[in-house]
Amino acid sequence: MKKIVLGPFTRANNSCMVEVTVENKKVIEASCSGTFFRGFELILQGRDPRDASYLTERICGICSSVHGTAASYALENAAGIRPPANGNLLRNLIMGADFLQNHIRHIYLFSFVDYLKLPQKGPFTGSYTVDKRFSQKTNDMLLEHLFQSIEISRQAHEMVALLGGKAPFPHGILAGGSTVPPAADVVMNFKSKLEKINHFVRNIMLPDVDILAEVYSDYYRIGHRRINLLEYGLFPKDEKDTQRHFPGAAVIDGRLQAVDLGVIKEHLSHSWYSEEAEAQHPTLGQTIINRAKEGAYSWIKAPRYNGLPMEGGPLARLWIRGDYRAGISTMDRIVARALEAKIIGDLMESWLVRLEPDKPILTPFEVPKQAEGIGLTGAMRGPLGHWLRMKNGRIAHYQIITPTAWNFSPRDNTGQKGPVEEALIGTPVEDENQPIEIGRVIRAFDVCSSCSAHVIYPGSSTQNLTILP
Amino acid sequence: MGLDGPESKTKPVVLWLGTNTCAGDLLSFLNNNNPGYQTWVNDYVDLRYDYLLGVSQGPQNIEILDSTLADLPGRYILIVEGTIPTNSYEFCSVIGIKNSEYWTALQAVRELGAKAGHIIAAGTCAAFGGPYAAAPNPTGSVPLQAILRERTVINVPGCPINPEWLMGTINHLILYGVPELDSLNRPRLFYGQTIHDQCQRRAHFDNGVFAENPGEPWCMYKLGCKGPTTYADCPSRQWNTEHVSWPVKANTPCIGCTSPEFPDGDMPFFEHLPDVELPGIRMQANQVGRWAGLFTALGIGSHLAANIVTGRLAGNYKRDLASSRRKRLLKKKILRKKF
Repeated sequence: MKKIVLGPFTRANNSCMVEVTVENKKVIEASCSGTFFRGFELILQGRDPRDASYLTERICGICSSVHGTAASYALENAAGIRPPANGNLLRNLIMGADFLQNHIRHIYLFSFVDYLKLPQKGPFTGSYTVDKRFSQKTNDMLLEHLFQSIEISRQAHEMVALLGGKAPFPHGILAGGSTVPPAADVVMNFKSKLEKINHFVRNIMLPDVDILAEVYSDYYRIGHRRINLLEYGLFPKDEKDTQRHFPGAAVIDGRLQAVDLGVIKEHLSHSWYSEEAEAQHPTLGQTIINRAKEGAYSWIKAPRYNGLPMEGGPLARLWIRGDYRAGISTMDRIVARALEAKIIGDLMESWLVRLEPDKPILTPFEVPKQAEGIGLTGAMRGPLGHWLRMKNGRIAHYQIITPTAWNFSPRDNTGQKGPVEEALIGTPVEDENQPIEIGRVIRAFDVCSSCSAHVIYPGSSTQNLTILP
Repeated sequence: MGLDGPESKTKPVVLWLGTNTCAGDLLSFLNNNNPGYQTWVNDYVDLRYDYLLGVSQGPQNIEILDSTLADLPGRYILIVEGTIPTNSYEFCSVIGIKNSEYWTALQAVRELGAKAGHIIAAGTCAAFGGPYAAAPNPTGSVPLQAILRERTVINVPGCPINPEWLMGTINHLILYGVPELDSLNRPRLFYGQTIHDQCQRRAHFDNGVFAENPGEPWCMYKLGCKGPTTYADCPSRQWNTEHVSWPVKANTPCIGCTSPEFPDGDMPFFEHLPDVELPGIRMQANQVGRWAGLFTALGIGSHLAANIVTGRLAGNYKRDLASSRRKRLLKKKILRKKF
């Protein structure tokens, strides 16, 4: 029996820490730690609710646009307004471009490098050498595609900048709609880049992922867990937002049901916070930092849906849509991510055609003094929710539950593991000194430790960080 | 393409450490076009540690950092991205496990910073504290310079950095040594003038033509634009590296993300700067345009006008003038180190 600790664990958008116990070449115990805490929601308190879209984008550099979007949805919900048709399409296009950026960067720069033989240079120094199965020729080809992907994902960020002013942290996503009118030159520039990216996704990335899935087909049997999935819905089909292109649902043991936000509770038993009597709904939870707490190992709380750990991300979304139900494993997660990039790229082409140059892009509105709003969207790595409460025209309470809080959560009050921990159990580890399999399983979830730094309300002193609903 | 350039010995060694960060600066840096990331790591630098894209794991990462520290003291460039929690909050940012114990960002920055040849704070978090250090600063976070008090930290702020600001600063270090810095240790090359002074919509400001809502093609001042108090070259350079747009071109206000007071001093983002007070005159923001136009007509430089508008800058401006000569001398002495 051997304990392996990986910290810093890189390529997780900032780094995190993982501890596994290996016996007879298999993982028998696993715990995942978020090692960063920022207290973002406390910072939001008392601020102008219009600022939330720009400020919450700063939670995450790789998925900033979805935080801006969730914050905008929440304020629109509170103010009782809808964006114009153009506004919804433009926001979808900015988000879509950011998804392409994320998925391409994730697949090649975060994920693929765990399977390739790499030149021992620069950031590639120190890579594991075991279980590299590609022929030299295939390896060289994939390495070249990896470098190409940097150029392609860069263009996806240029698309975000075209409609959003810059990337990351675009300015073009606001409550009420979007800010750059769909003028012919802008639309053409966007379209041309989109076509290049779509070409890459269809003709290079998908085939590359096929090759990976074929050569590493055993990873269809690794990283398995129960089919418990959660998504809130992604990309409103129109400005009324009665349907989304990727619908939301909770999947319990493979069966779909409508999402009930009321059954989401946050557990604290294994997080560095003092415990409450029982698990709390996110809008009620109190948080008191306790770094010395026995048994705790993460800054991430453990959100549970009806008591169950839920997984989000491309695989969950495609499962719910009915596009992909082959299985729930490491390779399924990677394949679904690539497929989703293709589906989003196709959708974006159809949205571009629907833009109307001289029609409004933003609905002006009065910020209500007293109101509540919820903003829900799919994010690159799973379900994202922003809960907003306003008093005297300022933010009285803001709560964010990120996808990585779901995926990378620690154990809950009943001792149930988080989804990544579940998936790690049973993972074969051939060489304990080079546990390459661990990283492959974790990264397929597209873990983001920036996003996981969840919601905390520490007060003024360390002994008694108070905190509030 | 591949990683087959000259041996690393001949290239400057770079370590890129992430503390409490969203990784936005490295992701923005990946958008650099000429050179692209792959060419840069292949031909220009030996990027031994990259907290985001690095391939090695856990103990190997610590080993890489340790050996660089031991073998190349004073001869590596340290880039730090993120703000650094201190005091009892130190454990809010843990880099990894070292000698079987948690190795915090604070410890890492102290150790690596003490022996770095040059130190760059990439992004507003590392340079000035940024969003995570905003009130009430739940993690007691501070910028890099506050920890490495004895060292000169080159601040390359921006939320995120424009890729060319950072690439340009690193390249300046490698080719010509330390760039000329302003009183906040920002390279004047990129942060020498206000957004306001370079803005394409300056004429609208001078003529008093203001946007009422985001999405309109006029001056964003009344919508909260912090261009008059923000030093950066966004209007002329634009974003990202294809230079296709920037926040005001996207019909939204500049939110002052390169400023030391970002975000607290720039919020609410959509409310305009305080009313202007000049000796004997008090103006409302909606009159500013007219008056600024008049001052320009009277021959008062726009730079000065902008500084008067801010109050804060007026103070800075004076301090800057008084101490710039002394500081420049000091910097030359300490920093003109080359590899």
